[in-house]
Amino acid sequence: MDFLTILQILDSTVRLATPLLLACLAGLWSERAGIFDIGLEGKMLIAAFFAAAIAYTSGSVWVGLFAGIAASMVLAVLHGLASITFRGNQLISGVAINFLAAGLAVVIAQTWFAQGGRTPQLPSEARFANIELPGAATRIRDIAQQGPLGQIYSELISGHSILVYLALACVPLTWWVLYRTRFGLRLRAVGENPAAVDTAGISVMGLRFAAVMIAGVLCGIAGAYLSTALSSGFVKDMSAGRGFIALAALIFAKWRPWYALSACLLFGFFDAVGNRYQNIQLGDFIVPVQFMQALPYILVVIVLAGLVGKAIPPRAGGEPYVKER
Amino acid sequence: MSDAPAIELRGISKAFGPVQANRDISLSVARGTIHGIVGENGAGKSTLMSILYGFYKADRGEIWINGAPTQIPDSQAAIRAGIGMVHQHFKLVENFTVLENVILGAEDGAMLRPSLAKARKLLGDLSEEYGLKVDPDAVIEDLSVGHQQRVEILKQLYRHADILILDEPTGVLTPAEADQLFRILERLRAEGKTIILITHKLREIMEITDTVSVMRRGEMTNTVKTAETSPAELAEMMVGRKVLLQVDKTQAQPGEVVLKVENLRVLRGGVERLKGVSFEIRRGEILGIAGVAGNGQTELLEVLGGMITAQGGTVQLFGAPLDITGRMANGQTRRAMGIGHVPEDRQTEGLIMPFEAWENVAFGYHADPKFRAGALMDNAAIKADCADKMARYDVRPPNPRLPARNFSGGNQQKIVVAREMDRAPDLLLVGQPTRGVDIGAIEFIHKQIIALRDQGKAILLVSVELDEIMGLSDRIAVMFDGQIMGERLPQDTDQNALGLLMAGVTEGAA
Repeated sequence: MDFLTILQILDSTVRLATPLLLACLAGLWSERAGIFDIGLEGKMLIAAFFAAAIAYTSGSVWVGLFAGIAASMVLAVLHGLASITFRGNQLISGVAINFLAAGLAVVIAQTWFAQGGRTPQLPSEARFANIELPGAATRIRDIAQQGPLGQIYSELISGHSILVYLALACVPLTWWVLYRTRFGLRLRAVGENPAAVDTAGISVMGLRFAAVMIAGVLCGIAGAYLSTALSSGFVKDMSAGRGFIALAALIFAKWRPWYALSACLLFGFFDAVGNRYQNIQLGDFIVPVQFMQALPYILVVIVLAGLVGKAIPPRAGGEPYVKER
Repeated sequence: MSDAPAIELRGISKAFGPVQANRDISLSVARGTIHGIVGENGAGKSTLMSILYGFYKADRGEIWINGAPTQIPDSQAAIRAGIGMVHQHFKLVENFTVLENVILGAEDGAMLRPSLAKARKLLGDLSEEYGLKVDPDAVIEDLSVGHQQRVEILKQLYRHADILILDEPTGVLTPAEADQLFRILERLRAEGKTIILITHKLREIMEITDTVSVMRRGEMTNTVKTAETSPAELAEMMVGRKVLLQVDKTQAQPGEVVLKVENLRVLRGGVERLKGVSFEIRRGEILGIAGVAGNGQTELLEVLGGMITAQGGTVQLFGAPLDITGRMANGQTRRAMGIGHVPEDRQTEGLIMPFEAWENVAFGYHADPKFRAGALMDNAAIKADCADKMARYDVRPPNPRLPARNFSGGNQQKIVVAREMDRAPDLLLVGQPTRGVDIGAIEFIHKQIIALRDQGKAILLVSVELDEIMGLSDRIAVMFDGQIMGERLPQDTDQNALGLLMAGVTEGAA
């Protein structure tokens, strides 16, 4: 395995980690405010569909992106109403959103495009193009001629869609808002002890809604990335459990932004390895392709089984806030 | 208007459904004084203070702060009016630092850093001024309860509170911490702050307050100068009749042996919690088990109540062996044999807090034919039975449909007591019967226990309150480190002698 191969795997790691990272940060915002969100998957899926569908019909990927975010936010509002306003069970609300999105996306796709529940292949203007940073070589042959640093720059750092860079920028931004601003302090407090926030005269509902809406925006971007950047068009169930892997990554990351980045990169790496090495020969034994593709999911199970040590969720997580004396 | 009272309440009324929590309450508290509010649990003290702090809105009445009528629709308005409240259960974010907790909700701007820097300086000044020493960078959950309370007080001072409400502030404190708190309150008073102290501990009222108001059943019955009253008088005003601070009982008439425990051993978590305990209880007798909490009393109650199994020893009920290791060692069988159990912790073992009172009254006895209609439960009969018990055991409010958690501590305990004692079990196990219970209810529960004894039943009483043990027991056994250090008759011993035994010192060794 040469250096360039490793870089190619890492490059695809970053691509595959991006939707996970966005969804994971979405979950982080929501859960830090005390609202469990297993509807990340559904929000991503609905956003993926609307982003692709609107980008296709409007011919503009940006319009598509905003349509995707809007669709995701509609579901976020639904989650907020169910779990914050009406103090319903957050898990059930999340499950409902997942079912709703999975069904709705396919049904609308079939009605609009009649292609078996998918959108047509997106033309290039309806997709996010890869951005070649200045001075980066684009063709493999040229990259191979470069020195190691040049190769890292051209292969790994350059050549991603804008959403990849946006997702990466969201990590320090999330950290900064959570730990350096008044809003962040209050948001973290509401996830730990909403009674403390309430007695301080701050609206628990307002904070929680804000967090859920931020999660909606991030899931929207994640979904749009799936259908307009990672692939070109929406297909049924294209989120493929990424919302749940993002939740696992969130636990792995112990609800912290920078850890979330590492966790998502790890999951993305397994995904990338699984995609690249379909069959691995170990002596007489051939590791089947299915095993390699199942790697990220196996990792999820191992992570959730407690390999990561003690992960303490926000203490008020999952509990609707009821005012008490 | 400097001589206007800091707080003046005029005709405050508040009802929760059919329950009138506050009825036409008027109160005036002069600035720079400590004003006590006493009353039994459920008398409406906390409701009144919640209205003052904007948690509830009064149905009628006015609030005047420093001589001006003030609307307090929410906590934010209360804070603006200079009112701060230290809740019984602290409203702190446990994994935040002291500094973060203090500024939460009172930050200076959108950025944290300048707020934190300013708060750090101000906190230093406040700590100095009022003797409230706390490390600003300590995480709340690492602090002792007493220090957490200081953080709550600092939080209020940081918000420029001139009027401090403290709701049962000493309930969770050790005596030494409570003393420190009182020194702090005195200092706050000297600085011109007005303090309202809600408590049901009369000793504290006498020690620290200038004036005291008594609440009973939603009404404010009296307001008096502390110097001109006495604990007995206050107790009488709280309950509405003379209260016997001492239990009145006749000489015991012990009969046959009901319970015989021999060499009982219990392991828990690899530690031997009972190391061969032996005793017997006869009909018409109360055996009190004294001891510092955690010396095996809990395990003793649980093994007799069928909640855990024993690793050795025998227990006999009326001479017949009781299964303490096998399948029959459970609460259901014990109840069927006539063993009632008022567990030590009513909130986790005695009641299911979100369930309604009538459901709680049927627990453990739900298989009783009179509660059954064929294969189903006869809910109407259970509710009627609950209403009847509530009337006889003076549970307030007497509403079978109210969830257990909505009753005050004393009334929760009365529900458990009613369930366990009403069937007149041959043997009653009672753990901490009056922990967190107000004096009116204490007197009531004590009377019930004595009455059961006088019916010829055997009672095992476990309590960490020596007064209670001394007052109720016919014989006293002292537990230390999983063993019974000795038995005494209450008339032949005193608290000092028992205290020595509780510390593991026997006469032979001393």
